[in-house]
Amino acid sequence: MNALFYSSLAVAVAATAMVITRREAIHALLYLVVSLLAVAVAFFSLGASFAAALEVIIYAGAIVVLFVFVVMLLNLGPAAGEEERRWLGPRMFIGPGILASILLIELAFALSGGQIGGAVAREVSPSEVGRLLFDTYLLGVELAGLLLLAGLVGACHLGRADREEGDQSP
Amino acid sequence: MTVSQISLTPLIPGLLLAGVLFALGLVGLLVRRNLIFMLISVEIMLNAAALAFILAGAHHGAADGQVMFLFILAMAAAEVAVGLAIILKLGRDLGTLDADAARKLGD
Repeated sequence: MNALFYSSLAVAVAATAMVITRREAIHALLYLVVSLLAVAVAFFSLGASFAAALEVIIYAGAIVVLFVFVVMLLNLGPAAGEEERRWLGPRMFIGPGILASILLIELAFALSGGQIGGAVAREVSPSEVGRLLFDTYLLGVELAGLLLLAGLVGACHLGRADREEGDQSP
Repeated sequence: MTVSQISLTPLIPGLLLAGVLFALGLVGLLVRRNLIFMLISVEIMLNAAALAFILAGAHHGAADGQVMFLFILAMAAAEVAVGLAIILKLGRDLGTLDADAARKLGD
């Protein structure tokens, strides 16, 4: 079962190396999704299936979508459509596609073998995580809520359109 | 948990691989001058730290690693929201995403 762990992390390292060397941000984001999915498979092989699900939903889902939105918002204009067609040609999907299909094969192998979390002595269930989170780490949860609220207010303040150009003060 | 239980977790190689991921993120942060790439690199580094926490949690059979992963996740989400808002504003005001172009904050 360690083979699943090592091969998924090898995919993660390869995809991350591609992320930091791409020229266009949108290509880097394609590889970033693959890298995050690979780390999620590594979590899965470690028996942390709750963390793996959150990695896919929040990192590969929400955070990367935010990045894609900003990349597209910064490229508005008449030439944007043509540029997008040039960026997202079929050739650009070959590399991430190969890496992602390796991950898919790994996942199918793990599921068919029925040895999820075989790399660990004991699997940690989501209910255990939740009990610890809202018991021992309750203060941390409240602080995280405060941090998210501060992030929301900050992003809202920074992102709002300038109505009066003369008024520069916050 | 008994002492006789053999830990099958690949702790040291796994931590080394997490370190490699962290180093890749650090290299990206230092080498790239595009603000979006710098923020992506910070995300990679946070993700490598989360991997180390999950690995250590699995090694000890404790749920604390996944709890710390949740905190890292919340922090990364807040950081990305603020960071992308700043990038959006800078990109519109300066017309470029070059980090060196944002040197003169007073202008």
